[in-house]
Amino acid sequence: MTRIDDTFARLQAEGKKAFVAYVMAGDPDYETSLEVVRGLPGAGVDIIELGMPFTDPMADGPTIQLAGQRALEGGQTLEKTLQIARELRKDDDTTPIVMMGYYNPIYSRGVDRFLADAKEAGIDGLIVVDLPPEEDEELCIPAQKAGLNFIRLATPTTDDKRLPKVLQNTSGFVYYVSITGITGAAEAQAGDVAPEVARIKAQTDLPVIVGFGIKTPDAAEAIAGVADGCVVGSAIVGEIAAGRTPVDVLSFVKGLADGAHRA
Amino acid sequence: MANDLPNSFMTGPDEKGRFGDFGGRFVSETLMPLILELEQQYEHAKTDQSFWDEMDFLWKHYVGRPSPLYFAERLTERLGGAKIYFKRDELNHTGAHKINNVLGQIILARRMGKTRIIAETGAGQHGVATATVCAKFGLKCIVYMGATDVERQAPNVFRMKLLGAEVVPVTSGRGTLKDAMNDALRDWVTNVRDTFYCIGTVAGPHPYPAMVRDFQAIIGKETREQIMEAEGRLPDTVIAAIGGGSNAMGLFYPFLDDKSVNIIGVEAGGHGVNEKMEHCASLTGGRPGVLHGNRTYLLQDEDGQILEGHSISAGLDYPGIGPEHSWLHEIGRAEYVSITDKEALEAFQLSCETEGIIPALEPSHALAHVTKIAPDLPKDHLIVMNMCGRGDKDIFTVARALGWDIEGG
Repeated sequence: MTRIDDTFARLQAEGKKAFVAYVMAGDPDYETSLEVVRGLPGAGVDIIELGMPFTDPMADGPTIQLAGQRALEGGQTLEKTLQIARELRKDDDTTPIVMMGYYNPIYSRGVDRFLADAKEAGIDGLIVVDLPPEEDEELCIPAQKAGLNFIRLATPTTDDKRLPKVLQNTSGFVYYVSITGITGAAEAQAGDVAPEVARIKAQTDLPVIVGFGIKTPDAAEAIAGVADGCVVGSAIVGEIAAGRTPVDVLSFVKGLADGAHRA
Repeated sequence: MANDLPNSFMTGPDEKGRFGDFGGRFVSETLMPLILELEQQYEHAKTDQSFWDEMDFLWKHYVGRPSPLYFAERLTERLGGAKIYFKRDELNHTGAHKINNVLGQIILARRMGKTRIIAETGAGQHGVATATVCAKFGLKCIVYMGATDVERQAPNVFRMKLLGAEVVPVTSGRGTLKDAMNDALRDWVTNVRDTFYCIGTVAGPHPYPAMVRDFQAIIGKETREQIMEAEGRLPDTVIAAIGGGSNAMGLFYPFLDDKSVNIIGVEAGGHGVNEKMEHCASLTGGRPGVLHGNRTYLLQDEDGQILEGHSISAGLDYPGIGPEHSWLHEIGRAEYVSITDKEALEAFQLSCETEGIIPALEPSHALAHVTKIAPDLPKDHLIVMNMCGRGDKDIFTVARALGWDIEGG
């Protein structure tokens, strides 16, 4: 059992949907980012997705791209991203932290060293966008062995024939990408998402969380209502980009979390 | 490594799309079904005679193949050593080797029922070739081009627009080729159903590196026949410039199993291969990493962030290199060297003066290395260099570098 499994067990007992928030580590700088991350559990966030900045985020829209650039220009490194997790763990031992990003910074650090560091820092799971099941031996299988969840994305292009392959080595939860496209683009429609979630749930007992294209408390409620929860990233990052204070950002996050929890 | 060398160097990639440890399919799940379908369709087309008949017809009547193998007599005399031949791929329709590959991919796209073609371009040669073939077949064409490159390659931007393509200037990152490739991938992820991504080099997720190589291998196949006719034997050295590495892979591939043939790839050394990364020499100055769907040598910092290189040639300005080159480098089958901006400019002028050929800045890098090695080689040593593009697009860049004002008037 990881913190992710515990969290879903608790939410199920409470009859609540999960609210997952994504922020880019180090955006706009290390201190501000740490302050936001520390405030997320208090704002109602059930699972934290901590973005690892990368120069070439091929699956992300302009909002997340720019957040990554701000973080890198502010001197963010993979080590500092791990440090944010360590700081959070000093006074929070229950909220799961999932690191999300691209493979090269992990590969550059060395997979074994990265996994040991992540485990020690209190990381619970990984989402690595450019590692499909075809490349499972790179990181997915070593991560599971190291006791970290490897959370896979399923997309509208993942047909029924391919779905078992995608689910095979997935753990923690399944992240359903609600649209074909990049983060922060088109708006997700609950009507389109519901049958897709049902399609996935027919093949797995894992919780299915929906992300991409969710921007408002109402949308969070609608999408979480047809799944086990939802993820909001670009909308939160957009608030940080607009220069809002951590207090204001967290108040925005609370609105979204309340929306998802109403579902 | 020497003990593990395969019987043939021409069997790669394996079923996972790997050349040794390089290559692979490092893409998001949304794209995975698409590249698997592409792989299947390509595997089918590869053994379909009607596919190659169509290619051969268009290569001959639309592109103008075979391109000549030309004895560069005055250059050979000037350098006073090895006998130098140019493979004249700059004489192709659209002025570079890029169209060899574009034709193959567009014919495949048509067979797959795709109606919208996207491409990335650096120097603009691949963009022009793609826009050209799309115009010929009446397909919608969108070309992603770094904003920096849009500025320094204005003639090619205009050509693409004349040919009916939409040119999208990319401002993300530093606005060069790698950023254009990121945005093309973002477009593809968004428009998965009707769109075909026509990659211009031997990089990207499997099957692109193998597919683009196979389409460009016409260069090496013709060279083999032509040199046999001209000299009655194989060349001693084949040499080509490398950005992503498609013209080089096309020339090298048919010679990989001929042990007597030296193979040399020339990377862009920019201001010199130094720690400030003022170059684009991925093999000489980089280390293995994962970008744009494949594992290969990359220019990157110690934290795995990708670095922007520098080259006077927009076509070589890419922080990676095709994965098959990384493999050939590691097993030692090919040698990779680098040439600076300054050396390339000198070779550019030398080609103009001695042979009446205005070369693109990309093959000028290969030629610069020829000028280094040829004088010390015996007169019966045969060098074939791929003249992969013509220099019309580069005259403004060269004029600026040489301090001539041809834009002012």
